Amino acid sequence: MEQLRTTPLCGRHEALNALMAPFGGWNMPIQYEGIIAEHRWCREQAALFDICHMGEFLYQGDFDSGGLEDLFTFSVKSIPVGRSRYGFLLNEQGGIIDDLIVFRLAETEAMIVVNAATADNDFNVIRSRLTGGQFSNISDDTGKLDIQGPLSRAVLTAALGEGFAALPYFRFMSMDILGSEAIVSRTGYTGELGYEIFLPAAKVGELWDLLLSDGRVKPAGLGARDVLRLEVGYSLYGSDIDETTTPLEAGLEGFVDFGKEFVGKGALLRQQEQGLMRRKVAFEVDGRRSPRHHYEIGFSGETVGSVTSGVFSPMLGGGIGLGFVRPDVAVIGTPLTIFHERVSMKATVCELPFYRGGSLRS
Amino acid sequence: MSIYFTKEHEWVKVKEGICAVGISEHAAHELGDVTFVELPQLGKQVKQFEVLGSIESVKAASDIYAPLSGKVVKVNEALNDAPEIVNESAEDAGWMAWIEIADESELKSLMTREQYDEFLKTL
Repeated sequence: MEQLRTTPLCGRHEALNALMAPFGGWNMPIQYEGIIAEHRWCREQAALFDICHMGEFLYQGDFDSGGLEDLFTFSVKSIPVGRSRYGFLLNEQGGIIDDLIVFRLAETEAMIVVNAATADNDFNVIRSRLTGGQFSNISDDTGKLDIQGPLSRAVLTAALGEGFAALPYFRFMSMDILGSEAIVSRTGYTGELGYEIFLPAAKVGELWDLLLSDGRVKPAGLGARDVLRLEVGYSLYGSDIDETTTPLEAGLEGFVDFGKEFVGKGALLRQQEQGLMRRKVAFEVDGRRSPRHHYEIGFSGETVGSVTSGVFSPMLGGGIGLGFVRPDVAVIGTPLTIFHERVSMKATVCELPFYRGGSLRS
Repeated sequence: MSIYFTKEHEWVKVKEGICAVGISEHAAHELGDVTFVELPQLGKQVKQFEVLGSIESVKAASDIYAPLSGKVVKVNEALNDAPEIVNESAEDAGWMAWIEIADESELKSLMTREQYDEFLKTL
């Protein structure tokens, strides 16, 4: 097996007695004091996440002639400088190679932030499709901390000053942090008010210590992050979406701009014309049981699909999940059965997000 | 009252032909936050090491096996609404069921606390 990679904060996690486990090729903290306690802290206070495992690429050059404009399911050149946009890198069949965010750093400069497990492949695919410009993988030198929760703005203001405080959702700015140039972005993966901070990997430990010295902040692991993201219905690459699923099947067509060219567009148009074979559903379980990845979904005695993500939602007090089903079943209010071996639970198709009380837009 | 353990990390406390059953502190810690406990049906007859119920945490789901054969005569209904009791008090308030013991000689195939502690070191 390939050696697990570690972030600059590995020693700190171990000192905090975190439970560590492999994630996307990295040895990452799953939990510190406990998943539910960390989840609650993020919903009520401010939680700090080590996200150094994610990948960052830098593109410099003309977006049109270099081919960047045609790479993703959204237009890069129409992103104003200082804003970011979410979307997909697709294969020829319309399958999702990765979901990612592009940050428009300057007129001819963009940062692309991708998932950890897919970073190396993404880099190769993007490089092979580019026709010009400078393209580099800056992941090793780039650290990333996410601070998320209703108090995150107050905490960051105390630590870094007020310069970033007026940032609206999906906007970012460059600022000096601990003597280095950093990017503070009003984005996240929790449904709460929050920021993603990109800074040199060598400075991550110092910023981690500074933020944790505020009593309103506690570290949170990938376990809590998974519960938080599922409660607001965000897809997890590798579980809910992958190269065999298209944005249309996954209910993510809002992040696809059919007014531009991109690899996979033809396949998506064909799929749109022919109709979908399956569709994403969200469902709430009647009771505290957790649906889990690969559990089957039944309707009226037939197996109609399978679960891609599921968890006990502390905010709803019951099980929630995402899955793919036959399209005729993907209708709000449809009663489902989620089953696996001895386990069986009743569920109902519902709208997303599951949890609507977050501080995201505050 | 003597306590015994299984290799599947259940505990059993025996008193006058009845035993209380739960999961060990070690197992509760490994599971993390317990979110659901499936209790057995009252009156159910179980055989030693057969599935008695199940337990779910944020991280995992696992079956609970009967440490001894017998009839389920009481279940801990408090766990329906507050499964976190298992994390707070796995080997006491977090008990799951009482079983009327069919055959006390089955205790021979269980471990004492000392043997269980030794067993944990081998994992």
